[in-house]
Amino acid sequence: MIAGTARQSENEPGPTLVAVAGVVLEAFADGGLWWADRRLLVVADLHFEKGSSFARRGQMLPPYDTAETLARLSRLMARLDPAAVIALGDSFHDDGGAARLLPRDRAALATLQSGREWIWIAGNHDREMPADLAGMHADTLAIGPLVFRHDPATGEDAAGEIAGHLHPAARVAGRGKWVRRRCFAGDGNRLIMPAFGAYAGGLNVLDRAFAGLFAAPGFRAFVLGEDRVYAVGRKALRPD
Amino acid sequence: MTARADVKDAVTLLPPPFAGWFASRGWTPRPHQVELLAKARAGRSVLLIAPTGAGKTLAGFLPTLVSLHERPKEAPVGGRGPHTVYISPLKALAVDIARNLEQPVAEMGLPVTMETRTGDTPLHKRQRQKLKPPDILLTTPEQLALLISATDAGRFFADVDTVILDELHSLVVSKRGDLLSLGLARLRTLAPGLKAIGLSATVAEPDQLRGWLVGQSLSPAHPRESGNPEVPSLASEGKPLGPRLRGDERPEGKPPTAGRKSRPRRLSRADLITVAGGAKPEITILDSQERVPWSGHAARYALADIYATIAAHRMVLIFVNTRSQAEMIFQELWRINADALPIALHHGSLDPTQRRKVEAAMAAGKLRAVVATSTLDLGIDWGDVDLVIHVGAPKGASRLAQRIGRANHRLDEPSKALLVPANRFEVLECRAALDANYLGAQDTPPIRDGGLDVLAQHVLGMACAAPFDAGDAYREVTSAYPYRNLARDTFDRVVAFVATGGYALKTYERYAKIRQGPDGLWRVSHPRFAQQYRLNVGTIIEAPMLNVRVGRSARAGFAGRGGRTLGKIEEYFIEQLSPGETFLFAGQVLRFEGIRENEAIATRTADDTPKIPMYAGGKFPLTTYLATGVRAMLADPKTWANLPVQVSDWLKIQRRRSILPKRNQLLVETFPRGNRFYLVSYPFEGRLAHQTLGMLLTRRLERARLRPTGFVATDYSLAVWGLGNLGLAFARGKPSLAELFDEDMLGDDLDAWMADSYLLKRTFRSCALISGLIEKRHPGKEKTGRQMTVSSDLIYDVLRAHEPDHILMQATWADAATGQLDVARLGEMLSRIKGKIVHKQLDRISPLALPVMLEIGREVIAGEAQEDVLREAAEDLINEAMGDG
Repeated sequence: MIAGTARQSENEPGPTLVAVAGVVLEAFADGGLWWADRRLLVVADLHFEKGSSFARRGQMLPPYDTAETLARLSRLMARLDPAAVIALGDSFHDDGGAARLLPRDRAALATLQSGREWIWIAGNHDREMPADLAGMHADTLAIGPLVFRHDPATGEDAAGEIAGHLHPAARVAGRGKWVRRRCFAGDGNRLIMPAFGAYAGGLNVLDRAFAGLFAAPGFRAFVLGEDRVYAVGRKALRPD
Repeated sequence: MTARADVKDAVTLLPPPFAGWFASRGWTPRPHQVELLAKARAGRSVLLIAPTGAGKTLAGFLPTLVSLHERPKEAPVGGRGPHTVYISPLKALAVDIARNLEQPVAEMGLPVTMETRTGDTPLHKRQRQKLKPPDILLTTPEQLALLISATDAGRFFADVDTVILDELHSLVVSKRGDLLSLGLARLRTLAPGLKAIGLSATVAEPDQLRGWLVGQSLSPAHPRESGNPEVPSLASEGKPLGPRLRGDERPEGKPPTAGRKSRPRRLSRADLITVAGGAKPEITILDSQERVPWSGHAARYALADIYATIAAHRMVLIFVNTRSQAEMIFQELWRINADALPIALHHGSLDPTQRRKVEAAMAAGKLRAVVATSTLDLGIDWGDVDLVIHVGAPKGASRLAQRIGRANHRLDEPSKALLVPANRFEVLECRAALDANYLGAQDTPPIRDGGLDVLAQHVLGMACAAPFDAGDAYREVTSAYPYRNLARDTFDRVVAFVATGGYALKTYERYAKIRQGPDGLWRVSHPRFAQQYRLNVGTIIEAPMLNVRVGRSARAGFAGRGGRTLGKIEEYFIEQLSPGETFLFAGQVLRFEGIRENEAIATRTADDTPKIPMYAGGKFPLTTYLATGVRAMLADPKTWANLPVQVSDWLKIQRRRSILPKRNQLLVETFPRGNRFYLVSYPFEGRLAHQTLGMLLTRRLERARLRPTGFVATDYSLAVWGLGNLGLAFARGKPSLAELFDEDMLGDDLDAWMADSYLLKRTFRSCALISGLIEKRHPGKEKTGRQMTVSSDLIYDVLRAHEPDHILMQATWADAATGQLDVARLGEMLSRIKGKIVHKQLDRISPLALPVMLEIGREVIAGEAQEDVLREAAEDLINEAMGDG
């Protein structure tokens, strides 16, 4: 037997607030992170040109992923009008990615960059950023109590860290089934951001790769829903 | 020119060793065996339709054995390729057939070599088979695809004289059948003059299978060399409901067919030999003293009756529709098994060694009953079964006939069967199935148009074998029955898809997998693409499975490495369990301990309230034929005399309280209950179609501001409820039921809903895998694989947003329309009931509505209401934080 429940319409949801090292940030359902005081937008793991990277090896994925990622980013930026954007590493899927940008995507990116600060944090996929793209380049960037880097640091350096790289995703159980979505993962001290790229997948936050990154009591998965972010505790999470 | 043969001719047709062999066992060749031999010797392709136990296998191989006996002993220089290729849907069946053939071949002293080639065949043996092929090669559709994609395929298959296709009825209705049809087309090119022998159980439309066996020709003016002379296509062939087309491409009011042109054509057909079934089966429906439940599938009420029946027979085969039913019935029978009768369990998820044990015990007559699912359906012979019990509704008359055929080997004695309906609607369905079987009615599904994803896989395989010309390839592909209507431009789009993805945005030209050379031929651009193809061949997409292993001790936490593997279980079921929860598997109650790598670790437990796995497989939709039968029964009180009293009373009360719809009417009842208003309709089109209808009605009711809040669907009826007064709104025509059930819901509403439906994403995934857009996960490579792959859901979202008319989206919609969503059937229903909707406004629930109303709240649709799961998990957290949880 099959049953369904009609979706109740919701009031316009506000952003979900996430605290890191005492700074209150806003998490959005498309994976962007907003620091309102500084008018700063952070996005992680854009993985531009992942499709063409796969095509080189014979998997002809639809060549629209860069356009799609840019379109999502553009919608988010139109809403927030940030003064600065941090791309938190792995902005291109591989070193040759920027060179493969189609002219129209290159133009769209330039439009987004114009009139604001743009910081490319180096990732492991895109160590060498071509000089012909606007924006400044950095390995890490510290602003106030926050530190922005691609790969979460091990050891004592967690305080105030905003990182990407791991593509966290959460599997949430309930009603005799489960839902798997991208998520932010944080414990109040550090926050790991979901991948923003259209073809960037997710790694379960309960995977070994996340071991030791978070303090158990404050741990939350901020799960991306249709139009809002849900804070979910460890109890409702399941491994893959 | 047709070679007619009767038994007299056997003497002249059968060479001495054969005649002698038959005589030595006191046998006479059966007429159909002789007739098939005569036709095959005349170079004809033949479809043999015969019930179980009619000697189908020997009939199929006899022409090959005779031909091998008569050919020159000395092989020509360079050796010989296989003479006959036998293809079965099951590895086990191929192995079984080889074993069964060895005996007569040895006894007749025939110079014939036979070998199987399956996924289990070791590499060295496969390599040796290439160099020194057997005379008869027994294999599967996937292995055939691999063989014809090899660079030496032309040489290897040059000598093939006959291809034998076993269990053809079950193969042709799947994508495996599409792949096989293309392989067969290839074989016809490689070995001109090839004849095909199809072995099949009784089917509704033998002409489709006859057409399937031989090459079809695009142009009536140029009959093909291979295949039998052409005969006009029968009117009964009917227009298959093809994939739906999007937007304005679809002609008004016509069944949609994507990318296909209908043109006047003649259908080539194989000859037909039909062996009539033996004695009519004796079928009864359980008339229990217990109360037959209103709803559910458990049939618990009938367990005592079933047990008593087992005790009164030698050997009983109990068929159920799903593995979870099998587990449950098995468990419950042992609970009341006071006499400790040997009762066993057999289903596809069990460990093979367990299954072999049950099969051996059965063949040796050591068992009194076996609870089984469809794994037993396919032609392997069983011990001395004297009764088949079918628990739950059979869902199709043909399926029932094939299952009942298992009872009693001797063709001339009637098989005995007992039907055990699990609820009241199933009583009606069983009655309809019983009548159909007495009439010999068949309702096997029609053969659909071939999948474009399968074609893409095949096109890459062709390029792996040898450079090909697109025109030649198109002619060859359209000679395959499922692709006979394929338009040239669709074919070209598939070739472009294989080469570069076939996108409107052309950016992948330099990475092309296959390229057209200056000679105009398409070839693989790099050998690694051929390797990739070989790893991904086939059309069977399995749900990820985990081994279930029983650890030695629960106390050791995650139990030691030791313990026994009981079988495989779907990953998604295990994922719903938390450690400590119990479940039923392989007839045992197990406590789930955890997942380690690809194993689910469990321990035994005495808990007797286990969860029962809900498996995705094995849920057959009710066939249109039986649905019609049930509707007719409702409409005609004269037939109620055949029903158990409690069921006919139920219908009588319904007639008094509400109405019973006429055969062609759709009854819609509305009534208030609690603080909700309900709409219950009775289309009898199967769960999938009802589920789709429920989604679409909900959208419309929402637009009419009737605030629908949910629905539930069964095979027979659909209930939708909401906060608005539905009955009043329909009575006022705001909206009218005619508007609500208008066919145009299959347009934009369907598009909008389907696009976001997880069902479509799941279908897309299987099309993407089969077509080679994404690669299958391979055991051992999965760890690295996770980062190297892109989820098909993400690809779907991007493709839908940027190129919704892409050929793979077309393939996906076509699949969904006939499969998961059953849109085709829903469309036929909506057009049938136009102007024939009967609305009955009631002040309370009707007797007929009771079964579906009882299902409310039992199960939530998988994949839908996802936001609710997240919202509740988030609220739990809040409650926890506020000290409330």
